[in-house]
Amino acid sequence: MAIEKILKDDATEEKGERARMASFVGAIAITDLIKTTLGPKGMDKILQSTGRGHGITVTNDGATILKSLHIDNPAAKVLIDISKVQDDEVGDGTTSVVVLAGELLREAEKLVAAKIHPMTIISGYRMAAECARSALLQRVVDNKENAEKFKSDLMKIAMTTLSSKILSQDKEHFAQLAVDAVMRLKGSTNLEAIQIIKKPGGSLKDSFLDEGFILDKKIGLGQPKRIENAKILVANTAMDTDKVKIYGARVRVDSMSKVAEIEGAEKEKMREKVQKIIAHGINCFVNRQLIYNFPEELFADAGILAIEHADFDGIERLALVTGGEIASTFDNPESVKLGHCKVIEEIMIGEDKLIHFSGVEMGQACTIVLRGASHHVLDEAERSLHDALCVLSQTVNDTRVLLGGGWPEMIMAKEVDELARKTPGKKSHAIEAFSRALVAIPTIIADNAGLDSADLVAQLRAAHHKEGCNAGIDVISGSVGDMAELGISESFKVKQAVLLSATEAAEMILRVDEIITCAPRQREDRM
Amino acid sequence: MALAFDEYGRPFIILKEQDQKTRLRGIDAQKANISAGKAVARILRTSLGPKGMDKILQSPDGDVTITNDGATILEQMDVDNQIAKLMVELSRSQDYEIGDGTTGVVVMAGALLEQAERLLERGIHPIRIAEGYEMASRIAVEHLEHISQKFDFGTTNIEPLVQTCMTTLSSKIVNRCKRHLAEISVKAVLSVADLERKDVNLDMIKVEGKVGGKLEDTELIYGITVDKDMSHPQMPKQIEDAKIAILTCPFEPPKPKTKHKVDIDTVEKFQTLRLQEQKYFDDMVQKCKDVGATLVICQWGFDDEANHLLMHRNLPAVRWVGGVELELIAIATGGRIVPRFQELTPEKLGRAGLVREKSFGTTKDKMLYIEHCANSRAVTIFIRGGNKMMIEETKRSIHDALCVARNLIRNNSIVYGGGSAEISCSIAVEAGADKYPGVEQYAIRAFADALDSVPMALAENSGLQPIETLSAVKSQQIKENNPHYGIDCNDAGTNDMQQQDVFETLIGKQQQILLATQVVKMILKIDDVISPSDY
Repeated sequence: MAIEKILKDDATEEKGERARMASFVGAIAITDLIKTTLGPKGMDKILQSTGRGHGITVTNDGATILKSLHIDNPAAKVLIDISKVQDDEVGDGTTSVVVLAGELLREAEKLVAAKIHPMTIISGYRMAAECARSALLQRVVDNKENAEKFKSDLMKIAMTTLSSKILSQDKEHFAQLAVDAVMRLKGSTNLEAIQIIKKPGGSLKDSFLDEGFILDKKIGLGQPKRIENAKILVANTAMDTDKVKIYGARVRVDSMSKVAEIEGAEKEKMREKVQKIIAHGINCFVNRQLIYNFPEELFADAGILAIEHADFDGIERLALVTGGEIASTFDNPESVKLGHCKVIEEIMIGEDKLIHFSGVEMGQACTIVLRGASHHVLDEAERSLHDALCVLSQTVNDTRVLLGGGWPEMIMAKEVDELARKTPGKKSHAIEAFSRALVAIPTIIADNAGLDSADLVAQLRAAHHKEGCNAGIDVISGSVGDMAELGISESFKVKQAVLLSATEAAEMILRVDEIITCAPRQREDRM
Repeated sequence: MALAFDEYGRPFIILKEQDQKTRLRGIDAQKANISAGKAVARILRTSLGPKGMDKILQSPDGDVTITNDGATILEQMDVDNQIAKLMVELSRSQDYEIGDGTTGVVVMAGALLEQAERLLERGIHPIRIAEGYEMASRIAVEHLEHISQKFDFGTTNIEPLVQTCMTTLSSKIVNRCKRHLAEISVKAVLSVADLERKDVNLDMIKVEGKVGGKLEDTELIYGITVDKDMSHPQMPKQIEDAKIAILTCPFEPPKPKTKHKVDIDTVEKFQTLRLQEQKYFDDMVQKCKDVGATLVICQWGFDDEANHLLMHRNLPAVRWVGGVELELIAIATGGRIVPRFQELTPEKLGRAGLVREKSFGTTKDKMLYIEHCANSRAVTIFIRGGNKMMIEETKRSIHDALCVARNLIRNNSIVYGGGSAEISCSIAVEAGADKYPGVEQYAIRAFADALDSVPMALAENSGLQPIETLSAVKSQQIKENNPHYGIDCNDAGTNDMQQQDVFETLIGKQQQILLATQVVKMILKIDDVISPSDY
């Protein structure tokens, strides 16, 4: 008798070897897709969205590329997910994590073909990952005590991160920007306080860090363009018509004169509100919502700078930097905390007018103004800078630092190899495979730079045989170089996250022996 | 299709539109049903045990789930066949009742069906088979009782509980840090358990997950976490000795349910209304302040003005907190949920030692921790992990572990795992079979064979020779009269499960056998399947 069909019509089911193959193929395909972007000489990708306008993005950020892909293969989805998480957690290493997981699976595929059970491979990988992590832990440098050195560490990390991005031309400039910005945060990881404003025009080199705060708004007409010793009231209140919020209220009148009266009352109400606001003794008023012409005029009369429609983030940041609180009622002026800053002025960047608050009380926030030739460049620059900022802010919290340029991978590979030799049983094959997967990363970096990877990696391996060696791949000169001298560093936290999540993802995919795809939901045709 | 004809040769119409329906009868129906049941069991078979594999399930919307939890696999598989749906139900009811062993029960049922098929071929009537199975299950359950052991644990000695939870967790992907998770689960269960009444309310344990970090960072919080932040960015992020007002009314102007209109036709009315409105906000906030609250948790939103007033009066507030969370907070802090501002009284406030906001990662993810609550019974298990699927799978695994711990508190009898209980039952049933005269004897013997299939699957999944291993263990059990020998899945070198500390709960095992038998009986009794044919 035919085997009963138990699943719905369009559902598919893949079992055993086929399922494993499907997930290997999917994962490796994703890895191959993304691996050319790895390293300082990695290439970029153009992504064209299917949405309206077919907007394009040019990027080499792993997470951004993967996020935009529409993938059907479940194993590939796992990889995309880890890259996303890596982005959220540490901000950088989004490509490395996928490449490492992919290489682990590639090695696992060979082992499975050699009839080693996936569970054995998993336990081998686990031992190897643990060993690799402790190898890294032994070699970390922690310059927490020495502020001067730590700053230079940060600088190096920023340069290393930026070197693989579009900003590599001016990486020193940007590294300096990023380090300065992060140092101002004083240990907080809240990147919200760093505002990035993109203005097309000029060159990337013209980008700058501003210690104050820049609001992308114009000053109302007829109001002072420059205020010294500003007292700022940050508000979130309706400054159009103050509606009656009681439900069901409506105005019903029976004659024109009544209309005029109500209108008068409304105006009076607004005037009162403005008076109350003015009574705070302020000379600058920033509102999140619209300010209508009438109150604006009143403010102008009182010589107060009124800024309308500052977006929510802007308001929060402004409140943060100036030390004021966000107010919505204005009845007791004595208890509302006002914000302060030395000078508010309108400045021009390119052709746009912006409002610049300088000399703010809380030094935490700052603004980075990015300049560049086109929107695509600016977008990519922002992503790169975001990566650098993330890594730096994480490093400030976890100050352990490693060398870069394939050095950590070689260190790990060496220790893992040692472990493989000591481990009896089939697991040792898996451990060896793990070390091969680790070595694949410097290999790819070299390949992407157009270097002879086989030769370089062999040299590197030989160099690492010596104790305490700092050798890594110097992509610029195309040889093996001393990473400490070249100043190529990476954050320990990033490397650790890469190692652990890649192993976890590989393990997850390896454990699968069956894929069941449900029938896709029937979508209503709206056309 | 069988048709009835009258004496003129005209067909009787028995079923509506009978041409369009397919119909299977008699032995064919039974065989079709059995093969469907077996197909489901075959899918789950490889997920059994510590070395079981996972399945990827892609939902109709394209979301991916990776799991080896039987109940979850079947739930998400979206099966179409009626009999297969019965198997899904089976696994689900095991999940509701016991929470663990959801894979085992389906594998067991599959094995029973397979054996039944053979008996059917030999011409034994399905009802007789069903009867035989019933008798056999009774023998097995009694035998389990016989070989079970009581074990002692207390609030100080949690080791045995941890061991049992570890057995459950070892079959999941989280087995890397099973010790850690098992301890968390046991501590969580013990802190909400009512040891006098031997009951545990699992609703008091909230399992929350957040992507990021490592599995080892998973922690047990003696309190509640809420995935929300303070309504105003400048409110204090940490409140000690908080008195919490738990509100289900919005800080907004009232919205009476009956339709009404307030007509404004004069300037005076306009102004009074405005004053009213201001006063209303002021009153609301003042009421909260008057009763001495230092934190407001509200199910609804706040008006901007109210928000600022709260901030102004130094009254931190959280908005849009879900109903379930609100209840948990109320339980944990010993507060009452207040539906109207007028009803706020100091007694209705909840108390917590510490409320703090914590942020994660580079995105501005914030969570609110409410700790050191007045009623320390509510706890939260907060899971961290590399990706979303990992978190989901960990949640499921923790749920299993919690259920196991709860079952042990309800009834502290255990049997040994690793298939040892099944093997022992199989021996007992086999021995019991000979005492029954009649055809049932065959069915009982078949039942014993079916019991063997669980350890067999375990051995197979662990890469051992199934038949060899099973027969070796079986003879060892009989020879030494020791029911603790099982399959050595972890390659630990001994197959004495007592030494390996692999336990399972007695009720879990009993339930597995009973539920599987019941479903198989039900399937065997079906002799006619009428279904609308596809056209």
